[in-house]
Amino acid sequence: MLLIPCPWCGRRDEIEFQCGGQSHMVRPEPYQEVSDPQWGAYLFMRDNPKGWFRERWVHVHGCHQWFNVIRDTVTHQILVSYRMGEAPPELPSRSVP
Amino acid sequence: MSGQRSPDCGLINRLRPMRFRFDGTEYSGFEGDTLASALLGSGVEVVGRSFKYHRPRGLLAAGVEEPNALVQVGAGAHMQLNLRATEVELYEGLEAWAVNCWPNARWDLGALLRPLERFLPAGFYYKSLMWPNWHWYEGFIRRAAGLGKISGEADPSRYELQYAHCDVLVVGSGPAGLAAAASAAQAGERVLLCEQEPRLGGSLLWDRCRLADQELSGAAAASWIDEKLKLMQGRNEVVIKTRTTALGYFDHNALTLVERVSDHLGPAAPAHRPRQRLWQVRARRVVLASGALERPLVFPGNDRPGVMLAAAVRRYLAEYGVCAGRRALVFTNNDSAYDTALALKKAGAEVVAVIDSRNAPASALVSAVGNLGIRVLAGSVVVGTVGRPGLRRVTVRDASGVIERFRADLLAMSGGWNPTVHLFSQSGGSLQWDAEHGQFRPGRSVQAEQSHGTANGDATPIEPLWSVVAPGKAFVDFQNDVSLADIELAVRENFASVEHLKRYTTLGMAADQGKTSNVNALVSLGELTARTPELTGTTRYRFPYTPVCLGAIGGRLRGELYRPIRRVPLHDWHAARGAVFEEYGTWLRPAYYARAGESGHAAEQREALHVRTAVGLYESSPLGKIIVTGPDAAEFLDRVYANTMSSLKVGRLRYGLMLNELGVIIDDGVAARLAEQRFLVGTTSSGAPRIAAMLEEWLQCEWTDLEVLVAPETTCSSVLTLSGPKAREVLIAAGIDFPVAADAFAHMSWREGHLAGIPVRICRVSFTGEMSFEINLPNAETENLADQLMRAGQPYGIDLVGLEAWLLLRTEKGFLHVGADTDGTTAPDDVGWGHVLKREHDFIGRRSLTRPENLRADRFQLVGLEPVAGAELPIGAQLRSPGMGASSEGYITSAAFSPSLGRWVALAMVRGGRGRHGEILNVLGDKLRHAKITAPGAYDVGGERLRA
Repeated sequence: MLLIPCPWCGRRDEIEFQCGGQSHMVRPEPYQEVSDPQWGAYLFMRDNPKGWFRERWVHVHGCHQWFNVIRDTVTHQILVSYRMGEAPPELPSRSVP
Repeated sequence: MSGQRSPDCGLINRLRPMRFRFDGTEYSGFEGDTLASALLGSGVEVVGRSFKYHRPRGLLAAGVEEPNALVQVGAGAHMQLNLRATEVELYEGLEAWAVNCWPNARWDLGALLRPLERFLPAGFYYKSLMWPNWHWYEGFIRRAAGLGKISGEADPSRYELQYAHCDVLVVGSGPAGLAAAASAAQAGERVLLCEQEPRLGGSLLWDRCRLADQELSGAAAASWIDEKLKLMQGRNEVVIKTRTTALGYFDHNALTLVERVSDHLGPAAPAHRPRQRLWQVRARRVVLASGALERPLVFPGNDRPGVMLAAAVRRYLAEYGVCAGRRALVFTNNDSAYDTALALKKAGAEVVAVIDSRNAPASALVSAVGNLGIRVLAGSVVVGTVGRPGLRRVTVRDASGVIERFRADLLAMSGGWNPTVHLFSQSGGSLQWDAEHGQFRPGRSVQAEQSHGTANGDATPIEPLWSVVAPGKAFVDFQNDVSLADIELAVRENFASVEHLKRYTTLGMAADQGKTSNVNALVSLGELTARTPELTGTTRYRFPYTPVCLGAIGGRLRGELYRPIRRVPLHDWHAARGAVFEEYGTWLRPAYYARAGESGHAAEQREALHVRTAVGLYESSPLGKIIVTGPDAAEFLDRVYANTMSSLKVGRLRYGLMLNELGVIIDDGVAARLAEQRFLVGTTSSGAPRIAAMLEEWLQCEWTDLEVLVAPETTCSSVLTLSGPKAREVLIAAGIDFPVAADAFAHMSWREGHLAGIPVRICRVSFTGEMSFEINLPNAETENLADQLMRAGQPYGIDLVGLEAWLLLRTEKGFLHVGADTDGTTAPDDVGWGHVLKREHDFIGRRSLTRPENLRADRFQLVGLEPVAGAELPIGAQLRSPGMGASSEGYITSAAFSPSLGRWVALAMVRGGRGRHGEILNVLGDKLRHAKITAPGAYDVGGERLRA
C-alpha cells in the first residue's frame, strides 16, 4: 500500500485516496474547432511509461483536494507531490534506486 | 517410524497431559505440544494422504513448511480447514482429521487408485480428458480436487484489524531477530517484533547457533534469549507479538501480519478475545530475520513416512521431547545434519550411519560421530526405501556402485538450506544465486529493509546434490505429488520456463506454496535444460507467506458492517407503520407498507392508485442536494449541465441532464435557483456523492479560474413529498403561510415559508405525474411534520407511499430513470434531448455528441410500449421484429402493471425507435407476446394533472 504525501495533510495511506490517472491532460477547446481525432486522443489516449509518471490523486477520505504526484510505475517510489496549478517539476532522467 | 517421548528434554509441560482425537482415535500429549509433535510422540506414522495419488504420508517438517500433515480442526461453525499440524497448538479435547482421505489417513479408500499412478503423470487431464467433452469428467475431477470439507456454517468468531506504526519491524525472533530488536530498543526506537511460533527464540530453541564470537546451545541459548528480552522489557515503545506471522510485504514498507490470538485455546478461549487479529504495519525500516528452511533430498522413495528433514528431527527432540525414531539413518550433502545424528544418539536412539553424498566430509565431523560409534558412508546416496506404510529398510549405494541395505524406521535428510526470502522478494528485491552454498539469497533491495542471519544466506559447508539418479519415484513437491519424472516430462514437452513448469505440473501451487520444493525443482529444471539457476529464475513469491483464513482478512466487515447502511430520518416512524425496507443504492428505504395479508405487489398497486386518486406521503430525503454558490455559479452550471441553467430565474426550478466527457448521461435532477449566485443542484439519490465529487474535480483541476464553492448537503435536511390531486388541500389544512394556488405557486417553482409552523422550502416538482410538493425541512422537525400532515390529510384520505409505487408511477408517465432506462452508452438524443446540440455554450461531453457513433440513425432510443392483447411486459425482455431470423431490436428497461390503466406499461430502448412509433414488435420470453411502440409515457400524456 502506497504512502502518499498529500500536500495539505501530509503522508497518508493509499486507502484514503483515489487515483485520477494521468495529470496535465489539456482539454481541447473550443469544441467547434476540435477534430474527431483530437477529441478521441483527449478522451482515450494516455501515456503508459515504464518509470516516472505524473498522475493526479484526490484525498477523498481526507481534505477532498486534488493534487499531482510523480510516481515511478516500476518501483512505486513517489518522488514528489505538488498542488494543482503549481508548475510541474522536471522528471528525473532515470529511476532513483 | 515409531516416534516416542524422550524422557528428559523438551519445553513441554509434562505435568499437564492433554487428551485429543485424531481421525477419531484418542491420543494424549502435553501442554506446549503441537498436534504434530503429539502425534509423533504417540507413534502415529501416517498423518495424511497426498493430493493426487493418495500416498500415505508422515510428518516431513516441524514448522510452517510442512507439506503432508494437513488437518481440519474443530467441528461445526468453528472448524478450520487445511491447517498444518505443525502449527496447531494442542489443547484439551482438540479434535482433528486428516484431509484428502476416507475413512482415515491410515486406511484410505482413495489409495485404491494407486495402481493407476503411472497413467496419471503431470498434465494428464489436459491430454486425456478432452474427448468427447471435458464436462463429462468435470464433476469427478472437482470432487477429487480440493482439500478438506467445509462445515457450510458461517464462522461466528470475531476477527479484528489493527493498524501499527513503528521505526523497526523485526520479523522473526531467532538469534538474528532478537539481536536486532534488542539493539533497536536500546537505541530508543519503536520496535515491533513478530514471531510466528508461540515461543520466542527461533532456531535457538533446537539448534546450536554461532553468534559473533560465541556458540550458543541449550541452557546458554535460553539465558541469552532472556538477556535480550530483558533489554526490551519495560519499554513502552517495544511490542513483542508471538503467534504472529508476517504474511505480506507491500509498497512503502507496509506489511501485513496475522496474529492467532486465541486459536490455541480452542473452545476455552474467552469470548472477549478475537480469534485472530490482522495487523497492518507501516515501518520506517524492516529487519527480515526469518531464518532458513531446510530442503529435502530428491531420491526414490523419499516420501515414505519416516523420511524427515534432519533439522525437524532435532526440533522435535529439543522443543517437544519427541524422538522421531528408534533406529535412524542420516542422509546429507552438508554439515548441518551431523547434529541430528548426535542429538538422536544422545536421546538414546540407535543411529546406524550417516550417509554423506560428499566424498570427503570434514574429518572433525566424521570423528565426532565416529566416536559415538556411528559410521559415516562418504560418497554414498540413498537409492530406495521400503516399508508399508512406514519406513522399514533403506537401500544405499556407495561411490563404487555397491548396494547396502539397512534396517531403519527413521531417515533424517538434509539437502541444504533455503534462506526464507519470501518477504524480501515480495518487497521487490531481486534474488541472487549463490552457487557455493546452493541457495538463492537476497540481492538488490528496493525498500528500506535488511535481511539478517540465515535469512540473508547460510554458510553451512555443502556440496549440492539436487537429485539421486536411480529407478523409482522421487518426489520434489510432496503436497502436490510432483516427482522428478514429472519435471522431466514437462521439459520433454517444452514447458521449460519456470512459470510454465509450475502451471503444467502444479509444482509449488499447493497450500505450502512450494516452501520445500521450489528450489529443488528449478535447479533440476536447470540441469535438464542446461541452464544455471540464475537463468531459470524463480517463480514469484506472493502474499500470503502462509495460508490465512478469510475471516482474518474480512475482519469486522461482515454482514451489517460490510458497508455502512444509510437510514432515512423517519426510519423508525416508517417501521412503526408497517414499512418493508429494501436497499436502494446505499439507502435503506420503505419499499411499500404492507397491510395484513397483503402481498408486496398488492401494496404497491394500492399505493400507486391512491396517489392517482387522493394523496400520498413519501419520504424523499435521500434525493441528492448540492449547494453551488459563488459569482461564477451560473456559468459553472452552464458547463456542467447539458442544458442552460444561467437563464433560470430566482424562485424557479429546471430539470437538467448531466453527461460525462464521453457524452453519456450520468445523472439527472432538478436545479433550483435560490439566489442570483446560489443554486441547489438536485441529483439522483445514488448519484449524490459521485456528482459532488465530479463537480469538485472540474473546479479544482480544469476550471480553476471560476469562483464557485460546492457543498454537498444531502443529509443536512429532510424531504417529505405530498403527491396527488388532494395534495394542495393537505398543505392548506396543515397550515401554510404562503399562497399555494396554481397561479401563485406554479409547477417548477419553489417557495419558502412555514408549514404547520415549521420552516420549509417547498419545490413544486413531480416525479409521479400528479401535483406534487417536495417539502424541505430541518431534520429535527421531520417526525413532527409527518405526524401533522397525516392528521391534516386524514379527511382527504392521505396514505403512505413506498418507493416501488413511486417508480411505478414514473414508469406510467415515461419519466427517465437514469441507470435503469439508460446505460453507459446513452446520449441525450437517445432519450429525446437532441435539442441540447443547438446550444452554443460548451458543456461536459458536448464535443462527444457529434462523434460519428453518436450521429448514427440506428442508435437505441427511448420509447414507450403498449401491450397487444393485454400482454405482460417483463423488464429486460428482448424485442424483435416479426419474421424468421430477425435479430434483437432492443429491450425493455422499465415495466410495471398500471392499476390506473389496467394494463402493462413499459419503457424500452429500441434501435431507431423514435421513428418507429406504431410498429408492433415481438416480446421474447417464456411465451411470445407483442407490443406496440409508442412515445414514452402512457398516463396523462398532456401533463395537465401535474400542473393542476
